[in-house]
Amino acid sequence: MDVRSQVSMLFHLDKCIGCHTCSIACKNIWTDRKGAEYMWWNNVETKPGTGYPTKWEDQDIYKGGWEKSGKSISLIGSGKLKGLVNIFHNPHLPVIDDYYEPWTYKYSNLIEAPAQDDQPTARPISLITGKPIEIKAGPNWDDDLSGSPDYARKDPNLENLSPAEQEAMFQLEKMAFFYLPRICNHCLNPACVASCPSGAIYKRGEDGIVLINQKVCRAWRMCVTACPYKKSYYNWSTGKSEKCILCYPRIESGIAPACMHSCVGRIRYLGVMLYDADRINEVASADVNNLVNSQLSMILDPFDEDVIASAKENGVADSTIKAAQDSPVYKFVKEWGIALPLHPEFRTLPMLFYVPPLLPVMASLSEQKNKEQLDKLDPIAKKWDDDWLYDTSTEELWGTIDDARFPLQYMANMFSAGDTCKVKDIMKKLMAVRIHRRDKTVGDLDKENVKKTLKDVNLSADSADDIYYLTSLAKFDDRFVIPPAHREQAIEMVENTGDVKGSSGFGFIEKPARGI
Amino acid sequence: MDLLNNFLFIALPYIALTVFLIGTIYRYKGTKFKFSSLSSQFLEGKKLFWGSVPFHYGIMVLFFGHLTAFLLPDVILSWNSSPLRLMILEVSAFIFGISALVGMFSLLIRRKTNPRIEIITSKMDLLIELMLLIQIFFGLWVAYEYRWGSSWFASVMSPYLTSIFTLNPQIDAVSRMPWVIKIHVSLAFTIVLLIPFTRLVHLLVFPLSYLWRPYQKVIWNWNRKKIRDPKTLLNVTRSKNN
Ligand code: SF4
Ligand code: SF4
Repeated sequence: MDVRSQVSMLFHLDKCIGCHTCSIACKNIWTDRKGAEYMWWNNVETKPGTGYPTKWEDQDIYKGGWEKSGKSISLIGSGKLKGLVNIFHNPHLPVIDDYYEPWTYKYSNLIEAPAQDDQPTARPISLITGKPIEIKAGPNWDDDLSGSPDYARKDPNLENLSPAEQEAMFQLEKMAFFYLPRICNHCLNPACVASCPSGAIYKRGEDGIVLINQKVCRAWRMCVTACPYKKSYYNWSTGKSEKCILCYPRIESGIAPACMHSCVGRIRYLGVMLYDADRINEVASADVNNLVNSQLSMILDPFDEDVIASAKENGVADSTIKAAQDSPVYKFVKEWGIALPLHPEFRTLPMLFYVPPLLPVMASLSEQKNKEQLDKLDPIAKKWDDDWLYDTSTEELWGTIDDARFPLQYMANMFSAGDTCKVKDIMKKLMAVRIHRRDKTVGDLDKENVKKTLKDVNLSADSADDIYYLTSLAKFDDRFVIPPAHREQAIEMVENTGDVKGSSGFGFIEKPARGI
Repeated sequence: MDLLNNFLFIALPYIALTVFLIGTIYRYKGTKFKFSSLSSQFLEGKKLFWGSVPFHYGIMVLFFGHLTAFLLPDVILSWNSSPLRLMILEVSAFIFGISALVGMFSLLIRRKTNPRIEIITSKMDLLIELMLLIQIFFGLWVAYEYRWGSSWFASVMSPYLTSIFTLNPQIDAVSRMPWVIKIHVSLAFTIVLLIPFTRLVHLLVFPLSYLWRPYQKVIWNWNRKKIRDPKTLLNVTRSKNN
């Protein structure tokens, strides 16, 4: 057992309001530079939708991630041989138009235009060429399902949905969607690291943050192809690739990453998880329907005596173990089992987990059944479609999940490699928590039924309360449990602190020693 | 004339090699961030294919061909002893030359016609690409006009280059070469001289080591076991990411 610690993240999708504050916080700190204008290390996309870059999930186009080959795995579009052969021209590299051409407006026109008959306008100007452009796409062009059906219908996750289900979704385009905030997953089996010919990308041993050494990157741009989440970006101006650094300077000083700190919906959690690094290869090569389970099984219980002992032996600091025990991410992912990784079938073992959203799934649209209720409705509500209705009745406990208005297969394609059972289990748990809380606060439900609900999903009343607390009431320190970085120890490995004695400050780089 | 020959075949090579050595080492050590192939594929991918691929494969084969002829002239000479084999060598080299020429030409066109690529084009890019274009052109000219280059390279150029590297320059034979060949040789040294000032440095860091390194790479900021061992409190080796 090779116990390592990983700073991992959890996003609670039910809570995301799609405000993009996270993206802006990140952009203002890290990517507000020439060549990086088009990069959104943190982006929020509307689902169903094609995302950023367009259709990034479709690996038939982008060839990212790993695929199974024999007993092991290999990179799909890069790797030692393919990478070196294609180094002069990478056939799978997205171009900037797959993201969008960044632009600004020529605001000075508004002020400086001479007196004329027409209103002066601020024309859009490309941030690459500085010339006027016709804007064809931009970040979140399909936000809130705008641009649909053109955009939503191209969503790769619609695969495996029956035509009827797809049609149902397109009816829903008018009313149901959710937001998917994405950052780099700081994977355990990162494809970006594996694909980098010059070895510029590495995973930090202590906290698992994946970084690109800007001094070693030589613009071979294989990581852009290899990352199936398209979270490694090429800076066209500096000729170096860049990616989310999980705000490591902030994490090292105990502050939450900017996107998480600023999150308006408070959907974001960050904490340490201990895992067994010996099992990475085995887990990444698991059968597709076993991928999620094996990934979850390599995350270790931080309360287990053996795990603690091996962690200590491996040099994991006591404070890190303590942080792992308090980790909110561990609770969501392992203890309660209500979170899943995004697209586990890419086999990079992403360490950013999502609580799938219940709200768009709930409230089935039932046909005909609702005829009589329909008559009671306001005429405006009827405009949708006469036979469909937004049904929030909780009479039948799981009924609403079973004929969910948002096909579970769609969620499953995103979060569990197509396995609907997993998503359904989580939906039921989330629902059970709500039923339990309703019983507690309103008390209008049948007690027996409430008990049965919790039993059905294997939750105790206490855990349900804990889930409720961490979901809805958690304070800053509950959401972000950041281990100390131990730089104070690190420095002794890096330099002899005594060296600096006798140096004067203020501009002396050279030690003021007697000349020769 | 002697003066010119002395300059072209003695002074220029030594200047070029010195500048190349000092320049690239300084650049590698001092301005690492600027050490990059500066790929522009991200801004334009389709036309690049028709330029970059034929150019790179062409120039690589030619470079290693010249290198083999320089290092192992006997091998080339004995290979060339049969006319058929000589023809095979010459014709295939010529084809790779054409490929490099066409590639470089389309790269230059792309550079000048695509507004996005023009933005990231520096003066040095244009200069070096133009020089490479001319160099390949002269190379093809030499190959066509003064047959068979692969044979006389082994008997004339190899001894000359060896004499340069052994610090005992012998330029009698090269001085009597036709001017086309002289230009080709001097241009070659000029390009070597310019390497540290252009993006050509990327050829020095071709990532061959990728072939034998493990796929995953983890860097520890400190040796997690040693740091806890009281006996090795101070260790002054710097960690790789620091
Ligand atoms: S999400 Fe992509 S960039 Fe981030 S670690 Fe995984 S493979 Fe690398
Ligand atoms: S700041 Fe939070 S709530 Fe707003 S879009 Fe980002 S993740 Fe969602």
